[in-house]
Amino acid sequence: MAVPLKVVAVEGNEATVDLGGVRSRARLDLLGEEVKPGDYVLVHTGFAIRRLDPADAEETLKLFDELLSASDDGGD
Amino acid sequence: MPSGTSTGSVPGSKGRSMRKPLSEEKITALHGAGGELMNRLVAELRELFPLRAAGEVGLDDLDDGASLSLPQGEVVVTTDSHVVKPLSFPGGDIGKLAASGTVNDLAVMGARPVAMTLGLIIEEGFPISELKKFLSSLAEVLREVGAALVTGDTKVMGKGEMDGLVMNTTGIGVAERIIRDSGLRPGDKIIITGPVGDHGMAVLAAREGIPVEGEIKSDVSPIWPLVERALSIGGVTAMKDPTRGGLAAALNEMARKSGVGITVREEEIPVRPEVRGLAELLGISPLNLACEGRAVIGVSPDRAEAVISALREHPLGRDARIIGEAIPEHRGKVVLETRVGGRRYLEMPLGDPVPRIC
Amino acid sequence: MTAVTDPFRLRDPARAEKLARTLRRLAPGRAVKLVHVCGTHEAAIAEHGLRSLLPEGVEVYEGPGCPVCVTSTADINVAVKLALEKDVVLCTFGDMLRVPGSELTLEEARAQGADVRVVLSAADAVRIARENPRKEVVFFAVGFETTAPATAAVLLGSPPHNFSVLCSHKLIPPALEALLRENTAVEGFLAPGHVSVIIGADAYRELARKHRIPVVVGGFEPLDVLYAVALLLKQLRDGRAEVENAYPRAVRPEGNPKAKELMGRAFEVVDAVWRGIGTIPASGLGIREELSRFDARRRFGVEAGVGMEEPPGCRCPEVIMAKAVPTDCPLFGTACTPLSPVGPCMVGAEGACAIWYKYGERPRL
Repeated sequence: MAVPLKVVAVEGNEATVDLGGVRSRARLDLLGEEVKPGDYVLVHTGFAIRRLDPADAEETLKLFDELLSASDDGGD
Repeated sequence: MPSGTSTGSVPGSKGRSMRKPLSEEKITALHGAGGELMNRLVAELRELFPLRAAGEVGLDDLDDGASLSLPQGEVVVTTDSHVVKPLSFPGGDIGKLAASGTVNDLAVMGARPVAMTLGLIIEEGFPISELKKFLSSLAEVLREVGAALVTGDTKVMGKGEMDGLVMNTTGIGVAERIIRDSGLRPGDKIIITGPVGDHGMAVLAAREGIPVEGEIKSDVSPIWPLVERALSIGGVTAMKDPTRGGLAAALNEMARKSGVGITVREEEIPVRPEVRGLAELLGISPLNLACEGRAVIGVSPDRAEAVISALREHPLGRDARIIGEAIPEHRGKVVLETRVGGRRYLEMPLGDPVPRIC
Repeated sequence: MTAVTDPFRLRDPARAEKLARTLRRLAPGRAVKLVHVCGTHEAAIAEHGLRSLLPEGVEVYEGPGCPVCVTSTADINVAVKLALEKDVVLCTFGDMLRVPGSELTLEEARAQGADVRVVLSAADAVRIARENPRKEVVFFAVGFETTAPATAAVLLGSPPHNFSVLCSHKLIPPALEALLRENTAVEGFLAPGHVSVIIGADAYRELARKHRIPVVVGGFEPLDVLYAVALLLKQLRDGRAEVENAYPRAVRPEGNPKAKELMGRAFEVVDAVWRGIGTIPASGLGIREELSRFDARRRFGVEAGVGMEEPPGCRCPEVIMAKAVPTDCPLFGTACTPLSPVGPCMVGAEGACAIWYKYGERPRL
C-alpha cells in the first residue's frame, strides 16, 4: 500500500487499520516503536513498516514549498 | 416436500380452510409447470403490481401475450437478463435492479417507459417470501415511473441446476426523439448525473463480505425522471448508462461510435469517499465499476448549464457535473486530465472487475 | 464530493502546477534518462499522467522494479514442481499465479489439481499451515527488501513444523549496480520509497559515489514524484552526485533498524538469477543455516531446472533493464495483453507493461 492507513485499535502485535472506512489488520513486528490509535502506518503485505503522523505530511509540504519559493526567486 | 399436496386441504372441511399461506412455502417444480399451482402463485404475485395493463390485454387476462396501445413516437424496445449475485445488496436487490436497469436502458435512448414483461427462472426450493420481496421492489420502481407489468413467464429448474433466481425483462417505451450513444459532436459537453462506482463497489463488498464502516450502497434507481428533465431542456446529443465496465467503458464506447475524442477532468468526476477508499485498497478504479442509477449525457455547449441546473433540481441529480467535452483529436479515445494536471488515456476496461454485477 | 480529508494525499493541483513549472525551468535542454525501480512509482506516474508534465527531453524508465517479473523461471519451476509432485499447499502472491515457467504457470498447475493458494502475506501462509497440520505448506517468498522483513518475522516467530519458505527475495542496490553496468545512458535514479523505508537512504551512498550518479529517494504521491524528479534535475544542472532524501516523512538515513535486524537473523546474502538479466552477485537472500529446517529448497530437494528464453518478439529483458518502454515492444497491446500475456512484464502487477496497459500510458501524451 502506498497510502498510509490510520490505526484505530491495537491488540498485542496487531493493529486494526482503516482506509476510507474499510478496516483491515496489520502486524506490528517490524516496528521498533509503539503505535496508538490515531497514528498512521505504512503497510506492506500485512505488516506495518513505518509509523507516520499527520505532522509529517505538513513537513513534506514545507519541503515542496521551499523548492518552489527558491524557484520563484530565481534562486534555484 | 411433495409437490402440491402440502399447500392445502379441501376447502370447507372442518368448517374452514387449513391451507398454509403461499408465502411460507418454497418453489417446487410444479410452480413452473403451468398448472393450478403456478396459477395460484401468479395470482398472488400479480397483486404486487399496481399497473398491469398498457393496452387492451394486460397481466390480469393471463392470455398468451399482452397488447399495447402506444402514444405517438418511435417505439423503443430493450431486453435484459439479471443474474446479480448476491440477490440482495445494500441499496437494493435483483428486483429493483431488473426494473431500474430496464427503465434506464429505455431512458438513455430518450424513451418514456410504458410497459415491461418479466420472465422468472427460479431454482427449486427458493423461498416464495424472498420472491415476493424482490417482486415488490421491482413493482415499486414501475410504480414510480408509471410503467405497467403486462405479461410474464415462470420457469422452475431443479435444485442445483441453476443459482437461485434469474430475471429476464423486456422494456417497451416511446421516444419523441431517439437519442443514440453515437451522437456526440466535437464541442459537446459531457455530463455525469451523479457519483460513479457505487453499485459495483456495493455488490463486490457485499459478496466478499468486506467489512466497511458506513456501508457502501448501490446507486440502483430508475433515472427516467432525471433524463426527462434533461430532454425537456433540449440540446441532448448522446446518452449512455454506465453499467458494466463503468464510466470508462461508457465514455470509450461513445467516443468510438461517435468518431470523436473525449477529454474528461478527474477532479470533476464525482466519487464517494468510501467507494474511493475501498477501490484503492483493492487496486480497482471507481471509473471501471458499474453504476445502475446514472446517465452519461452529451449536450451541445449552449444548453449544458441549463441541463445541469435542471438535473440538480431532482434528488438523483444533485451531484450532476460537467466532467469534460468531446474533441476532434484522439478520435475514439478518452483522455483523462488528472488531478495534478497530467494526461493519460482512460482505457476501455478489459471487462467489469466484478462478475455477475447486474 | 471528491475532497478527501486524508492528510497524506499530496496531490493539490496548485502545487502540482508550480512543480511542473519548476521542472520546465530545470529542463536540461538535452535528452536525459532517469530510472526508477519500483512498480508503485510506475503506477503513480502512469495513473496521474506525470510523464506529460516532464520537461522536454527528460524520460523516466522503470528498471527492474517488479519482483514478480524478475523471479527466475527456475524458481517458478521449483514452485510448480513442489505443488504438483510433492503435494504441498503452495502459497503465493496473486500476481505470481500467471507468470510463465519453463512449462507451466502456477495457475495451470492449479488447474491440474495442485493446491495453489493466493495469500496477501507470509502470515497468511503460516495460518494455513496451522490450519492444515497434516499437509506441507510452502510460502513462495517473492519481493524486495520491503517484503523480506515480513518473511523474516514469520521465520523467526516459531512457525509450525509443516511450514517452509521457498525464498526468492532479491535486493535492490545490487540491481542498480547491474543496471549501470549494462545501461550507461542512465543519469539519475529515483530510489524506491518503501524499499528505502527498510534499507535507509544511506544505502545508496556507495552507488552515488562510485558511479558519480545522483540518487533521490522519492515517495509515491504525485507531488512526491514531481519533487523528486526536480531534485534530480537540479543535481544534474549543478553537477552534483549525491543521495537526497525526498521522502523524509517515511525514510530515515538508517532505515528501519528492527526490520534490518530481523532480516539479518533470518537470511544471508546469496547470488541470484534475475529473469531478463541473469545472475547478479550478492543480490538475493537465502535462509540461514540455523533456520534451514524451514527452507523449502533443502526440505524437498527439488531441482531447479533450466531457465528459458522469452518467446520471439518479447522485449521484457530490455524493458526490465530500462532500455525500452512497453510501447517499444511490437507485442504490446496486440499479441501481449493482460488477458493473454507473453512475458512477465505484462503479468506482474508492478510490471511496466501491465501498468502501461492498465493506464493507457504513452511516452508523452
